[in-house]
Amino acid sequence: MKEELFVSGRDIPFIDPYLNIWHWQIPLYLFLGGLAAGIMFFAGLFLIMGKEKEMETTVKWATFLVPVALVLGLFALFLDLKHQLYFWRLYTTVRLESPMSWGAWTLMFITPLSFVWVATYMKEAIPGWHWRFSILEKAEALAIKYRKVMAWLMMMLAIVLGVYTGILLSAFNARPLWNTSILGPLFLVSGLSTGLAAIMWMSKSHYERKVLSKIDIILIGVELFLIVHLFMGFLAATEVQIEAAQLFLGGQFTTTFWVFVVILGLIFPALLEILELVGYKIPIWIPALMILFGGLVFRFVMVEAGQITRFLY
Amino acid sequence: MRYAMAVDTKKCVGCSDCVVACQTENNVPNGYCRDWIVEVVAGSYPNVEIELRSERCNHCDNSPCVRCCPTGASHIVEGGVVLVTHNECIGCGACIQSCPYDARYSHPEGYVDKCTFCHHRLEKGQQPACVEVCPTNCLYFGDLDDPNSDVSKALRNRKWKVLAPEAGTKPQIYFLT
Amino acid sequence: MKSRRDFIKISAAGTGVAALGLTSLNWKGATTLLGANENDPVSDEELKLYPTYCEVCFWKCAGWAYVDKNGSIRKVIGNKEDPHCNGRLCPRGTGGIGMYNDEDRLKTPLIRETVNGEEVFRKASWDEALDLIAEKMDKLRKEHGPECLALFSHGTGGAMMGHLVKAYGSPNITAPSFAQCRGPREVAFAATYGEEVMSPERTDIRDTRCLVLIGSHIGENMHNGQIQEMSDAIDQGATIITVDPRFSTAASHSKYWLPIKPATDIALLQAWMHVIINEELYDKAYVEKYAFGFDELKADVQNKTPEWAYGITTIEPEIIRKTAREMAAASPAVIVHPGRHVTWYGDDTQRSRAIAILNALLGSWGRRGGFYFPDKVHLPKYPSPPYPKPKRSWRDAYPEGKYKLVSEVLSTGICDATIPNPNLSCHLRGWIVYGTNLMAALPDQEKTLEAIRNLDFLVVVDTMPMDITGYADVVLPECTYLERYDILRTSPHREPYLALRMPAAPPKYDSKPNWWIAKQLGERLGLGDYFKWDTIEDMLDWQLKQVDSSLEEMQKIGVKKYKREYEDLYLLENLIDYEFNTNTGKIELYSTELELEGFDPIPQYTQHPEPPSGYYRLNYGRAPMHTFSRTSNNPNLFDLMDENSVWVNPKVAALWELKKDEYVWLKNQDGVVTDFPIKVRVTERIRWDSVYMVHGFGHNNKKLTRAYGRGASDSKLITKVMEDPIMGGTGMRGNFVTFLKEDPNREEIES
Ligand SMILES: Nc1nc2c(c(=O)[nH]1)N[C@H]1C(S)=C(S)[C@@H](COP(=O)(O)OP(=O)(O)OC[C@H]3O[C@@H](n4cnc5c(=O)[nH]c(N)nc54)[C@H](O)[C@@H]3O)O[C@H]1N2
Ligand SMILES: Nc1nc2c(c(=O)[nH]1)N[C@H]1C(S)=C(S)[C@@H](COP(=O)(O)OP(=O)(O)OC[C@H]3O[C@@H](n4cnc5c(=O)[nH]c(N)nc54)[C@H](O)[C@@H]3O)O[C@H]1N2
Ligand code: SF4
Ligand code: SF4
Ligand code: SF4
Ligand code: SF4
Ligand code: SF4
Ligand SMILES: [Mo]
Repeated sequence: MKEELFVSGRDIPFIDPYLNIWHWQIPLYLFLGGLAAGIMFFAGLFLIMGKEKEMETTVKWATFLVPVALVLGLFALFLDLKHQLYFWRLYTTVRLESPMSWGAWTLMFITPLSFVWVATYMKEAIPGWHWRFSILEKAEALAIKYRKVMAWLMMMLAIVLGVYTGILLSAFNARPLWNTSILGPLFLVSGLSTGLAAIMWMSKSHYERKVLSKIDIILIGVELFLIVHLFMGFLAATEVQIEAAQLFLGGQFTTTFWVFVVILGLIFPALLEILELVGYKIPIWIPALMILFGGLVFRFVMVEAGQITRFLY
Repeated sequence: MRYAMAVDTKKCVGCSDCVVACQTENNVPNGYCRDWIVEVVAGSYPNVEIELRSERCNHCDNSPCVRCCPTGASHIVEGGVVLVTHNECIGCGACIQSCPYDARYSHPEGYVDKCTFCHHRLEKGQQPACVEVCPTNCLYFGDLDDPNSDVSKALRNRKWKVLAPEAGTKPQIYFLT
Repeated sequence: MKSRRDFIKISAAGTGVAALGLTSLNWKGATTLLGANENDPVSDEELKLYPTYCEVCFWKCAGWAYVDKNGSIRKVIGNKEDPHCNGRLCPRGTGGIGMYNDEDRLKTPLIRETVNGEEVFRKASWDEALDLIAEKMDKLRKEHGPECLALFSHGTGGAMMGHLVKAYGSPNITAPSFAQCRGPREVAFAATYGEEVMSPERTDIRDTRCLVLIGSHIGENMHNGQIQEMSDAIDQGATIITVDPRFSTAASHSKYWLPIKPATDIALLQAWMHVIINEELYDKAYVEKYAFGFDELKADVQNKTPEWAYGITTIEPEIIRKTAREMAAASPAVIVHPGRHVTWYGDDTQRSRAIAILNALLGSWGRRGGFYFPDKVHLPKYPSPPYPKPKRSWRDAYPEGKYKLVSEVLSTGICDATIPNPNLSCHLRGWIVYGTNLMAALPDQEKTLEAIRNLDFLVVVDTMPMDITGYADVVLPECTYLERYDILRTSPHREPYLALRMPAAPPKYDSKPNWWIAKQLGERLGLGDYFKWDTIEDMLDWQLKQVDSSLEEMQKIGVKKYKREYEDLYLLENLIDYEFNTNTGKIELYSTELELEGFDPIPQYTQHPEPPSGYYRLNYGRAPMHTFSRTSNNPNLFDLMDENSVWVNPKVAALWELKKDEYVWLKNQDGVVTDFPIKVRVTERIRWDSVYMVHGFGHNNKKLTRAYGRGASDSKLITKVMEDPIMGGTGMRGNFVTFLKEDPNREEIES
């Protein structure tokens, strides 16, 4: 028999018996970030493609969610900081090696951008809206003029943001579950998919929903493919990673992950979307909600389970 | 200069004096610790073996905790000592997630804390508190670049290992086996 | 009906409302924002040092208390000049600061009172408490004689209390360190060499080439100098042989581990003697010159072959031979360690005798790497009148002649002499208990309680609300060792040393030092002549001036080394003529003294009862981070180990379906059950016929906010005492326990 114990009685809050330093705030932050990235990406994309009219919800109305999501996400992140008074320290240095740092800087740029984007549609959204100061009117005119540039910027930053939400975890080699390069693309794709789900839910146009639905089905396919690869990778890797994978293959996260994330969060909504495409009448909020919920659970599970996996003891 | 520590697992008795000494020297709050003792028992009665290891931050040469820190609060100073500047730390926990040894913790005051190799003592030419107190004298500390340092001598004369080398962090706490 | 002197569990009557802690709603980290963080370590130059010596155990390491500008004690560090610790305290000494910081400390004198039929403690002033004690002691003296008072004491402060009790006229002064601890070995070594082993042990581990540990679990038993020297010996390549049924830490660091069947050590020792004598490996010149009774011993061990011992001890004959040869090869730099807590099976004096004899055969007594001759500073006593001659003592409780070889007062003897019995014209009626938690220290708790029920009054002087304080009529809070002066430390060592303890901070709360308490009581009892100094500083300074020092000097250096009177550290190295303090003037392999009292002159193995089926032998010992029951509430040490566990072999665990970390209750052969559940540790370090637990846990006093109810008490389970007929030691390892998986105490509440 092999026995391993801390004879010095180590029992540090949030560290022992397993790491629990990140709570609900971080997965929520990752979810909202992914969601925002998704919406922004498609808003930018369809604007550049000149589909502003056909894809009105995508380009205009859904983007009103973005600043809200980003601000809420940032607030969640802030809540998770344990030394909040020093929050500003994030912006006194750029540390390219630290995903947390470039995530913070990305948000620093993308959040104002999202505000500006939304601002340019204020007048369309609220008839009779006018800006209080003339300088704002001028700024608006300028922004509208450069909307395409903004769209390009937004698409790029959205990809950075989406990838970032995954890399934030995969940068931590110390957590065997996160120690895989698949997390970046996986989180990006999942973020895009949740973004699409949100837009679809809002959209009243049948055409727009059909376009989005087709993209979403592809994204879900990619996501499932990445998940399969994720586990194959783990099972072919080191002992600690095999142990990490076991958490999902019989271990304590098995049901949550396979039922809520994979079946109810990916496969079912994809099937519903396909049914809808072939002509069945399905209330759109059902697959949308399932995708959003699945995406949220996915992030909670990954953050929680990742912290349990460790190299030693 | 490259500070390192060697722990003689054949002499350590797991008394945890190094843990208490660190707590009183560094004002580590009750319930927290910067070093800790692991006992591994293998075999079956009466063919049993024990390994006792006094562990702490490995002051890794390739330190992920420093890399992932968004503010630069986690940094490396002369001799490879990995430190955290308390009033630059935002308490984001990234470094805690990044450490394969779970050597860091979140101080009740909010910042992240861990073993400093007793940097305030090194500056004065003193040995770390845990090294100075160990009743079995089984902790060897010093400069790896100096062939006459206690740690260099210990590593030269004995077999040793490091923990979780596969994590790739190049840890600088050596365990004499 | 409620018996008087119930254990008081509830909090003191009339306690004020706890001050409202108005923790401000500061944002975390605000302190650091405002500059220097008070959590940051302080460099040593900014701290002021006060000399002390440690009181967390009886090794008494000298050290320095480091005090910061705000007057708080930051840390305690060993004094480099002190041979007890060489600048390195053990974990308990380093964590000794927790004794000072413990918020659960006794804060004011307490007096037992009955309010609405319920016994409670009432806070009292020192004057009131001392007057009350003096009044009771005076009454006792007048009505029954001063010999009816007993003092239990353990620790440095016991000396002052002892002085008071002797001046008062009682000879009944005892400590659990004799009949529950070192007694058998001291009696055995005195019978063999005419001298005791003493504390710190006179073992020259530093220079030994072979160290044999019989039970003695150095490394868990954290007596500092020994562990340091053992570690040095490992570095020097010394051979360590550990005989222990449990895979102790020392066993894990040994070349040979002999996993002996419990209670059979004497057989092993006899077999070793057999091999060493028959293979002519013994130190012939030494034995010839110094030993008495070699031929008798030789004849006696002829049939004690390793094969014979194998059947008893389960140790392979080849291993017995090999280890015997290792010892002989190292002779005389070999130590068969006498152990310290040796009250195991009732034949402990004989086992210790066997150890003493084996050492004599190996020629290690008085030789380098064996046993040295210690020396100490002889401090003159501060002048005071001679003590009155007592007319009676605790021995009157026993028939004439019993315990003639007992060299110190038996703690259990005091209990017997407190319970009325036909031999006694008058039983003991008053106890002062200083610095010993009798509920944990003495076996057979029922007997201790019966004695307590027969008392007129019980005074407890302690620093903590320990289990024993719950039975007191008056509780006096002593300040901790870090807040007081004490008598000078003069323990024997290779060279004579003095060590000073002085306060590093003023006493917290309303606590007082032992010398003040003793003097106050003395004055109230008309014994002022025995306490002629104003404060202890005067007394210490006077004493120090007699040995070319002064209080002022000692305050600066803490430890002072003196020259040995004679250069006789390894007196017998060259086989000089020497007369031992025994009847024959020789090392008595054959004890004339024991023979005279009707005991075996040569130690013999006797068989001991084995656990009935379903029961396991209760083995117990130390954890390096705790001292008995006194540290379990210490905030620093509690952090390291907050409860004890019961060690169970995986085979036994499988049989009982016990899982790691599951809680069980233990029940002993007499049906006594632990008050609290204890966690199971499934480990290969223990045999399948015994279980093991660390002594000192399972506290019953709720005022110990951390330690209360944590773990289980071995003391409670030790109801069967295997008494040593030679010296009255209380053998405590003859108890057997079984597991209860359901809470046995619940039924009681329901029914
Ligand atoms: N940390 C710490 N250190 C201490 C103390 C403390 O409270 N805490 N107390 C100090 C004091 S006062 C004392 S007296 C000493 C006591 O310390 P020791 O003298 O070392 O005590 P023992 O009871 O001899 O040792 C217990 C060991 O005996 C083994 N044992 C049990 N039964 C048998 C048997 O039948 N045969 C053999 N050969 N071994 C057996 C047990 O498995 C255990 O390993 O410790 C001192 N040091
Ligand atoms: N079951 C069992 N019984 C044993 C043993 C065992 O291993 N198992 N070991 C035996 C041995 S070897 C020994 S030496 C004895 C030890 O027996 P004790 O010395 O009685 O041991 P403790 O239980 O630590 O009790 C010490 C008491 O002193 C108090 N105290 C501490 N410091 C001070 C102080 O400065 N002033 C005052 N006034 N009080 C203070 C503590 O609060 C505590 O109440 O126990 C023996 N009894
Ligand atoms: S102080 Fe030394 S012997 Fe004790 S646990 Fe620490 S390293 Fe081991
Ligand atoms: S042990 Fe952990 S905290 Fe220390 S340097 Fe290595 S990664 Fe960083
Ligand atoms: S918690 Fe502090 S030290 Fe750690 S990564 Fe964040 S800012 Fe850096
Ligand atoms: S080196 Fe200093 S900070 Fe690090 S564990 Fe040792 S005592 Fe603690
Ligand atoms: S051995 Fe430890 S507890 Fe005992 S006196 Fe020395 S430092 Fe104190
Ligand atoms: Mo003892």
